[in-house]
Amino acid sequence: MLFESLASRLQETFQKLRGKGKVTEADVKEAMREVRLALLEADVSLDVVKDFIARVRERAVGQEVLTSLTPAQQVIKIVHDELTALMGGQTAKLEMAPTPPTVVLMVGLQGAGKTTTTGKLARYLQKQGKKPLLVAADVYRPAAIRQLQVLGETIGVPVFTMGEGANPVDIAKAGVERAKGERLDVVLIDTAGRLHVNEELMDELARIRDAVQPTEILLVVDAMTGQDAVNVARAFHEQLGLTGVILTKLDGDTRGGAALSVRAVTGCPIKFAGMGEKLDALEPFHPDRMASRILGMGDVLTLIEKAQAAVDAEKAAEMQQKLIRAEFTFDDFLEQLRAVRQMGPLEELLGMLPGMGQLKGMKDLKVDEKQLKRIEAIILSMTPEERANPDILNPSRKRRIAAGSGTSLQDVNRLVKQFEEMRKLFKQFGKMAKQAKKRRGFRLPFFPT
Amino acid sequence: MSVFRKLKEALAAKTEAVTAKFRDGLAKTREVLAENVEALFRRTKAIDEEFFEELEEILIAADVGVKTALALVDELREAAAEQKMRDAAELKPLLVEKLVALMDEGQERAALNLNPEGLTVILFVGVNGVGKTTTIGKLAHRLKQEGKTVILAAGDTFRAGAIEQLEAWGRRVGADVIRHQAGADPAAVVYDAIQAAKSRGADVLLCDTAGRLQNKANLMEELKKIVRVIAREVPGAPHETLLVVDATTGQNALSQAKAFGEAAKVTGIVLTKLDGTAKGGIVLAIRRELGVPVKFVGLGEKPDDLVPFDAEQFVAGLFAGWLEQPDEARGEG
Repeated sequence: MLFESLASRLQETFQKLRGKGKVTEADVKEAMREVRLALLEADVSLDVVKDFIARVRERAVGQEVLTSLTPAQQVIKIVHDELTALMGGQTAKLEMAPTPPTVVLMVGLQGAGKTTTTGKLARYLQKQGKKPLLVAADVYRPAAIRQLQVLGETIGVPVFTMGEGANPVDIAKAGVERAKGERLDVVLIDTAGRLHVNEELMDELARIRDAVQPTEILLVVDAMTGQDAVNVARAFHEQLGLTGVILTKLDGDTRGGAALSVRAVTGCPIKFAGMGEKLDALEPFHPDRMASRILGMGDVLTLIEKAQAAVDAEKAAEMQQKLIRAEFTFDDFLEQLRAVRQMGPLEELLGMLPGMGQLKGMKDLKVDEKQLKRIEAIILSMTPEERANPDILNPSRKRRIAAGSGTSLQDVNRLVKQFEEMRKLFKQFGKMAKQAKKRRGFRLPFFPT
Repeated sequence: MSVFRKLKEALAAKTEAVTAKFRDGLAKTREVLAENVEALFRRTKAIDEEFFEELEEILIAADVGVKTALALVDELREAAAEQKMRDAAELKPLLVEKLVALMDEGQERAALNLNPEGLTVILFVGVNGVGKTTTIGKLAHRLKQEGKTVILAAGDTFRAGAIEQLEAWGRRVGADVIRHQAGADPAAVVYDAIQAAKSRGADVLLCDTAGRLQNKANLMEELKKIVRVIAREVPGAPHETLLVVDATTGQNALSQAKAFGEAAKVTGIVLTKLDGTAKGGIVLAIRRELGVPVKFVGLGEKPDDLVPFDAEQFVAGLFAGWLEQPDEARGEG
């Protein structure tokens, strides 16, 4: 994990200084080099990294970093603060036009996820009580219109199309007219993916913009984008005047440095993040969490938030105590399992934990939804005594459980083993949470404040 | 500067059309990478540490990745010390040589592995939005032009409109498409497609799959199942499992190559969307760390714009500025 490596590398850098008594300019330079490499490994664009490092260096030198007991952590804190600040402080919302319909233009490269995101955004607005209209203005990619139609059908939102033969500018104009006529309040225009260096197609976007005067022009960016993110964002911004950004595929294991690059170049807020394949998986973007992620610190906050939504507070506190004391039983496990299933796909949740991907035993812990049902069946086939005290599970009991749940002995054994591993893991996590609680809330358990 | 001459001679032997395609497709990449390198070399008279650091940055800015960039520059640093180089210009051919060597190594496996007797099955895998379906359309076009009969399996049953997209390509290039309903089991689609390909005596079956992020365990299991079905139905298949990678992708492409390699034994890479700006550097990192050969690159939107990867042309595309220097007599190529 990057954070661990950045932290340990910085630690190492400063370790050398112990006993030296005095820190030189060159030492700071060395530390900044580590920070720079860490950000570059996270795909933050070089120019952005350079500016950023200059700012951090200034703060690092100006402060009492070098006299602090843990200079490495101090530096990371400065880095994290600056990252959060650069990414825009707080969560941004979708702007609404004073008189409806609000027109939202979706733009971006091919394959960034515009059409899917347009569908997700419609779903998001629909949930807020808005009446959106989807407009299919991607006449180039085969079946793009069909894709939007299917998405519209799925969520029950009307889709305006004029076929593949029509001009995108005309489609957009007619779409807005339709929304006015039917008193729909938001028009989401899906456009074809295009390269930012394709003048003809970029010009087409400008013409759509001039024709429909959108309130929001949102650039859809793949979170896995590398160094080129700056060029793409700059070009779209210069030619269209973006109002915001949506980051997609953030449910992958990318560090997502592109977020920083895009934000730095355009100055536009990142408004939403795509967090999964389901149409509900669009979430408001949280700059502070993204900062942690870029530094490889895991998205603990989002996890906690999800857990809070699914489990009531009292139960959660009780559970946390159990976790910390490792009194976790199969009954608790079952309860957790059901709560977790309400929270969303499991691997998505696990991915939010810091360092999780690297932990031993994680592979076995990756459970798919079908397997969750099977696990539930196995636990339900246990006696209350067995659930409370897993140690009594002998081969004969396990055979009975397997027969009772319609699974095999291996399945039961695997679950028991996973349960033990999970108990250990939760114990670790519990300790972490406990430490963090002593400080300010759950914020960044690694930092001294 | 024998390296340049060698490169030029190699290029002269290749068809002008393909070379031009590489050159045009990589024009933007060249601007960013080669011109920066060029400027650096022009600026630098004597080799010093600052020079190496800047070179590192230029490589990193092309998505080569920190590790690979540092390693490449370290090698250059050593060579410079060993040969007591002072003048930055002396390092230039060495850099080109290293890049070509890195890309060339193991490229003998770069040709598409076609089954000489009977059906060839090619599976396409990758994350969402990299251009799998489009690449299949383009490759089908290419194979049709070579006189092969091609069948397409609509294995992306998840994304809305994916089946229709593949069907549109099928109509365009004249290839049958085997499809099920949206939401069907992709392994079943592939199974049916194999049976159809066998009974119709097709030469090549191209299997589309839904885009999936490599950290989704259940989706990677689904992929393994597809591979098992193919291997069971056609001995020795899939003959190729091609990982499609978007050239704008950053360091995550390494993680993709690793995960898909483990789940589906990737035999080659297709690098798409190389016609934008500053891209493709990640291929160097993938080559260096995983050794998977690059088989095709997508250099544009037209069906013809999928061309076999060629290390020499790739590097030549990156360093075209250098090849046309006055001190290097221009070859006829």
